[in-house]
Amino acid sequence: MKTKSIASFLLTTALTFAAAGVASAQDKSVKIGALSDQSGLYADLGGPGSTLAAQMAVEDSGLAAKGWKIDIISGDHQNKPDIGTAIARQWFDVDKVDIIVDVPNSGVALAVNNVVKEKNGVYINSGAATSDLTNAQCSPNTVHWTYDTYMLAHTTGQALVKAGGDTWFFLTADYAFGAALERDTTAVITANGGKVVGGVKHPLNTPDFSSFLLQAQASKAKIIGLANAGGDTTNTIKQAAEFGIVKGGQKLAALLLFLTDVKAIGLETAQGLNFTETFYWDMNDQTRAFSKKFSEKMKNGAMPTMVQAGVYAGVRHYLKALEAMGGNPHDGVKVVEKMKSMPTEDELFGKGEIQPNGRTIHNAYLFEVKKPSESKGPWDFYKLVGTVPGDQAFTPLSESKCALLKK
Amino acid sequence: MQALYAQLLVGLINGSFYALLSLGLAVIFGMLNIINFAHGALYMMGAFVAYFLLNNDYLSIGYWPALIIAPIVVGIFGMILERTMLQWLTGLDHLYGLLLTFGIALIVQGVFQNYFGSSGLPYSIPDQLRGGMNLGFMFLPIYRAWVVIFSLVVCLATWFLIEKTRLGAYLRAATENPTLVRAFGINVPRMITLTYGLGVGLAALAGVLSAPINQVRPLMGADLIIVVFAVVVIGGMGSIMGSIITGFALGVIEGLTKYFYPEASNTVVFVLMVLVLLVKPTGLTGRAA
Repeated sequence: MKTKSIASFLLTTALTFAAAGVASAQDKSVKIGALSDQSGLYADLGGPGSTLAAQMAVEDSGLAAKGWKIDIISGDHQNKPDIGTAIARQWFDVDKVDIIVDVPNSGVALAVNNVVKEKNGVYINSGAATSDLTNAQCSPNTVHWTYDTYMLAHTTGQALVKAGGDTWFFLTADYAFGAALERDTTAVITANGGKVVGGVKHPLNTPDFSSFLLQAQASKAKIIGLANAGGDTTNTIKQAAEFGIVKGGQKLAALLLFLTDVKAIGLETAQGLNFTETFYWDMNDQTRAFSKKFSEKMKNGAMPTMVQAGVYAGVRHYLKALEAMGGNPHDGVKVVEKMKSMPTEDELFGKGEIQPNGRTIHNAYLFEVKKPSESKGPWDFYKLVGTVPGDQAFTPLSESKCALLKK
Repeated sequence: MQALYAQLLVGLINGSFYALLSLGLAVIFGMLNIINFAHGALYMMGAFVAYFLLNNDYLSIGYWPALIIAPIVVGIFGMILERTMLQWLTGLDHLYGLLLTFGIALIVQGVFQNYFGSSGLPYSIPDQLRGGMNLGFMFLPIYRAWVVIFSLVVCLATWFLIEKTRLGAYLRAATENPTLVRAFGINVPRMITLTYGLGVGLAALAGVLSAPINQVRPLMGADLIIVVFAVVVIGGMGSIMGSIITGFALGVIEGLTKYFYPEASNTVVFVLMVLVLLVKPTGLTGRAA
């Protein structure tokens, strides 16, 4: 009996030490890589603002006080997939990055998606639009946070077709994003009894749209759909006003428009435009508080775009999942599974969830750009027109082509 | 057919920007032997100066005075650049000037981008030039018509100044044989500085003209400068008339490409450049050195 109790004492002690050993192996150091367009046409909507948003998420998580070590590095993919993947590879191989965030530009985003999967990292994409990230090219390592082309098509696109805009002409940016947005919007238009009468594909970063706008004008389509973004969209809208397109009876559909774009165009030209976003700084007290803090830290005092807000919310949720796991951020699939198992909730996007295909679901909002007389301040731009619940705005799982769903 | 006419006209409008910018480049290359890669950045500065003049609480200077003030301000900046940096490159290989001006362009663009972001600032079309005319085959914004006419006049006036006046003759002589011209009591370095100022002023003028049509953005010049260089190379480096004519012609060709095969519209100019250089390495109107 005595020997038995000594043995059990020794065994318990050994187990306790072993358990303590496991506990001390809980790795609580995390490295976040914010990969964005830091200097080109998408730099204002993501870029340095996205890195700042990630930093704020880390600060607000309070993990540093609990002994976690969280570092952030940033990189410029220059809108080139080869540069984006080279940075991503170096980050995983040399810098030991655990998670890549942001990555606007669908072409770069899809390329980086493969690298993250290969290296078993975590990928929270906020900046890119292509719905392929959670569809045909979905990955167990990827969460697509803020918006996508399916959502844009099923909110702005659908609202315009239902309001009588049944003939469309597309001005499409000639790369992965433009193609995805045109494809998804065309599906919505035809499903609602409308028709696409023509379109033109323009190179990314085009300064002059007059030739394309003339073709759109000549098509006599009721709606001119802009399947482009950033500087391309602002130039199109500005030049469309010059060519009297809206006065001539045609309507512009800015399928993707960001806060910084509206700022760049100016309310005088942008007023009346309808579009969809999933975040606006002036929605409620919480978004205002966050945005004020963000704006104070930005060099040019800019308010956050939905992309930057998505980076914040994505990193917050990621850190919550890590905390729940107690550490060890290096197995990407495991971390993403944990993220999917927890409902999302934050100050900026409210309650939501991450679907098995990696798509984050939250409300989407239809906005209209205010008239200059209605605007009360330098960033007071939007009027809320309607709210689309997340389950109606994003791809239903039954329609998703994601391989992760076929289990 | 109507659509084709419209594209021709739109091409001509873009061509007027190419012509104005390549004219300034040709003047600077012809007279100073410097390949001015900072031209795009100086064009951008022209647009920004116009923006500041308008949006400053104390100044509120609109478009018309800006057409004169912005080129002068940027021209003075150019002259300071020439005096402090470029003049030391006299007699050296072209490559040094190219590298120095390219570096200057990167710094200027970087500084502007740091302060103003990349998406740009709004600048409205002046009230007098708003609206448009229905030409039957297209809607022509009055502002664009004004751009074509104004830049054509400026181009021809510059050509006249350099090719047909006594001042122009001195200038051309000074580039051929500076020592001899100095012997006539003419201050050659000052003349060179003023010429650089003139070339830079032309770039800034194009910037002001462009501000109401394009976004006033730090990279607006960087996007354009490569095309403009292609224009200058096709026209023949340093040839004044060559760059004016090629500028307009390439605008039209680019416009037509946008109509027939839009995907190639950003590259058609370079394809042409390759073809021209294969057949005539000095450019269309250039003379062998």
